[in-house]
Amino acid sequence: MEQQQATPIVLDQACYQYDEQDETLAVDHVTLSVEKGSFVAVLGHNGSGKSTMAKLMNAIYLPTEGKVMVCGMDTTSEEDVWSIRKHAGMVFQNPDNQIVANVVREDVAFGLENLGVPREEMLPRIDEALSAVRMTERADSAPHMLSGGQKQRVAIAGVLAMQPDVMIMDEATAMLDPSGRKDVLATVHRLNKESGMTVVWITHYMEEAATADRVVVLDSGKAVMDGTPAQVFSRVEEIKALGLDVPPMAELALRLRNAGLPLEENILTVTDMVKELKKTLCPSKSST
Amino acid sequence: MLRDITLGQYMPGNTVVHRLDPRTKILLTVVYIAMIFCVTSPVWYVIPLLYLALCAKLAGISLKQLLKAVKPLRFLLILTFLLNLFFSTGTTILIHWGFFKITKEGLMTAIHFSMRLIFLVAGTSVLTLTTSPIALCDGIEVLFKPLSKIGFPAHELAMMMTIALRFIPTLIEEADKIMKAQMARGADFESGNLLKRAKAMVPLLVPLFVSAFRRAGELAMAMEARCYHGGEGRTRMRVLRFTMNDAYAALVTIAALLLTIFCGMWLK
Repeated sequence: MEQQQATPIVLDQACYQYDEQDETLAVDHVTLSVEKGSFVAVLGHNGSGKSTMAKLMNAIYLPTEGKVMVCGMDTTSEEDVWSIRKHAGMVFQNPDNQIVANVVREDVAFGLENLGVPREEMLPRIDEALSAVRMTERADSAPHMLSGGQKQRVAIAGVLAMQPDVMIMDEATAMLDPSGRKDVLATVHRLNKESGMTVVWITHYMEEAATADRVVVLDSGKAVMDGTPAQVFSRVEEIKALGLDVPPMAELALRLRNAGLPLEENILTVTDMVKELKKTLCPSKSST
Repeated sequence: MLRDITLGQYMPGNTVVHRLDPRTKILLTVVYIAMIFCVTSPVWYVIPLLYLALCAKLAGISLKQLLKAVKPLRFLLILTFLLNLFFSTGTTILIHWGFFKITKEGLMTAIHFSMRLIFLVAGTSVLTLTTSPIALCDGIEVLFKPLSKIGFPAHELAMMMTIALRFIPTLIEEADKIMKAQMARGADFESGNLLKRAKAMVPLLVPLFVSAFRRAGELAMAMEARCYHGGEGRTRMRVLRFTMNDAYAALVTIAALLLTIFCGMWLK
């Protein structure tokens, strides 16, 4: 029971070094804890170490220094490795390279088969997972007949069926077209809201990070910023210095502030901007 | 141009033969092969012929489809026939023409061996025509499971076959893409003689192999992330079940085998 209560993911001064000769740390003393039920985005450009960090979170990589705890279990303890991977499900970038079976339903079953779940229990769990990602109608399709977004939803269902505590999405939308990207993001948001699934969303798209509860920005393996999207994206100059984009409205707000308009700092969307401008420019109208 | 490759010979259907348990079909194919080798004289091929005709009829397979399965073997067949015809020893000479002589025994052996080949291929293709590759994998895994005690990788073999089947369309799609990319840059895959076309395939195969290895690495990681750790303690979603039809099929096949043995031994 205690395990269930534990914080899904805790990184304590975690480091990862790919090559013993090469001193550079792909993940450099990152301390981070992901609270239950939260949607945490990890933002960083290519080579910032975000994917490496994801792989530390389910014992694919083991920290070369520091500690990674998943639901109270240390990832370095060998006997816990399958339990850790059951608790921390992971969806990868390439939809084609993570589907194992020839039929959607069987692919969703793959994780359950590995866990040794009895068949009678397996079938309802598969149906439930498929309906959670709205793929019930395609349960008997061959994976190569699906679109990229649909394949990723199947991969999500495969992880969901294992009933994990946290889902790690390792750039799961990077290879999709815009509609597939939106689709997958919406699916994961719904799972987060409706069933309280803890999500770690790794991405280099700031638009996606802006929809999270919390954004952690990685740069050369270090966690350089951590806060709500509004807090993080209001630091426009710093983010741009890291080679990342900021939401256009956050940038506009900064420019307007620099030009002398006393705008608030938490503007991310057009709606925020309109509201804020109304409040600042015509205080009488907005109050009526 | 690569899209229309079909996986094996499987003809989807819902006949009695299609619905038989793959284990039954694999085992009965072995029995059938034994039956072929029990035939002692060309006359008695009538039993496997009737048996095969019954299977084909029940499975809705036409004679044309069976012949198509035998067709790739035509050169081997001709070779077998001619070798046996000319190089068998015998006493009753039918034709003597210079260096060549054809004996009655030689002719019989030639017919016998050619028939054996035809029946072997035609019979086993009933199995592959009516059983999907996935079902075959399942059947093989279960049948070979007892051997895993002495170190035979039954589960691993079946898993490898499943993954290979899963990735065939993906790799075909990729090959198509690479081909188009190279054609866009002036590569020519379609003209020239066989050697030239084979050479043109090299720049297609290299990137395909590189990407297949990359995929394999990623897939292995994804499988491990989903707790794959070999066949031990694994449950299965698909289960194989024997029905009464399997029993009937076994009865008919074994009866045919016994009849063949009997005919071969006593009715020479």
